[in-house]
Amino acid sequence: MTQKTIDIEVLRYNPEKDYKPSYQTFEVPFADETSVLQGLQYIKDQLDGSLTFRWSCRMEICGSCGMMINGVPNLTCSSFLRDYYPGKLRIEPLSHLPIERDLAVDQTDFLQKLESIHPYIIPKENQSVEEGPFKQTPAQRERFYQYSECINCLLCYAACPQYGLDSDFLGPAAMALLHRYNSDSRDDGKAERMPIVNAQEGVWACTLVGYCSEVCPKGVDPASAVNRNKVNSTLDYFFRFMAPKGAAE
Amino acid sequence: MAEQSMPNQSLNQSSQRSLKRSNEPVFWALFGAGGVVAAFLLPAVILITGLAAPLGIPSPELFSYERASAFASSWAGALFLFIVISLSLWHGLHRVYHSSHELGIHRGPLLSVIRLVCYGTALGGTVLSAYWLIAAL
Ligand code: SF4
Ligand code: FES
Repeated sequence: MTQKTIDIEVLRYNPEKDYKPSYQTFEVPFADETSVLQGLQYIKDQLDGSLTFRWSCRMEICGSCGMMINGVPNLTCSSFLRDYYPGKLRIEPLSHLPIERDLAVDQTDFLQKLESIHPYIIPKENQSVEEGPFKQTPAQRERFYQYSECINCLLCYAACPQYGLDSDFLGPAAMALLHRYNSDSRDDGKAERMPIVNAQEGVWACTLVGYCSEVCPKGVDPASAVNRNKVNSTLDYFFRFMAPKGAAE
Repeated sequence: MAEQSMPNQSLNQSSQRSLKRSNEPVFWALFGAGGVVAAFLLPAVILITGLAAPLGIPSPELFSYERASAFASSWAGALFLFIVISLSLWHGLHRVYHSSHELGIHRGPLLSVIRLVCYGTALGGTVLSAYWLIAAL
């Protein structure tokens, strides 16, 4: 039996040599279980060793293999070539982010945003080891759990038209993670994070397109985090003179 | 035990960037309140004033000029009409403004003009309806 093959068209761009990106098509053999990532690895191993892309875990955990597949942001390790056959694939780096080389994007902007939201628990008072852990009920955990599932794959940034228009917008994942810490009962850092929420670059750049939540591979639903914080920011706006700083729930 | 070190300093440029509080909550709150009105009250109002009244259902007298005018010049009636008219305007025009994206207008002076026209119309409608309703009390 002859092996089935599929055409994979990839965007190529080497900033040291190329004036602008171009496309190159490779014919790749595949089986039922061949992922898109494995297709790219086949190209790199067998056809053109210079093709550059990121990957690590191959199981939707590390978040490094996100790319545009036929214009849709997707993790290549959990997308399968069989689903595109007999058509072909066009693989491009994630939209809205600068290309570092070929399919690898520059994540600096997101990483800075991630740092800016203070993505760690800021307890009211530190507790010594002898005092034991901070305890939490299942209901308290439920309030933030979904948002803590984010793997920083940036598919949501590639999906967000507002981020595409103006990258000053904090964006879906950073807002989801901000909300993850703000809604954690062990955390007391809300006052530090609210100025980010309240800014135009915070929740107010969002027009509730909702595509971020559609493409998220982990069910994080960043759009809900943004919109819950529109409520929080509105309460904060009107009640800031009454309630102590950052008290609006 | 020694105190754990806790990073609470700004760690990079972007977090040091001064962030200005947006006034958008004002418009968003009006939009949200208008959404409730547009979803729950407006359909009933349209059904009554747009269909039932002109068709004379259940009876032509029920929506006679005298009755409608008496309703609009009572405090409760005026308040109801004001809420329905004003908040629906804020809701609808906020949507129209943000729909500029669909027309490819994302920023720049044209967007500012659209914003002014939209929110100006909502504000105008609010002021005018308040004025007329109060004048008729
Ligand atoms: S919110 Fe979802 S799509 Fe966005 S970075 Fe996190 S896991 Fe990826
Ligand atoms: S390789 Fe880790 S998420 Fe795809």
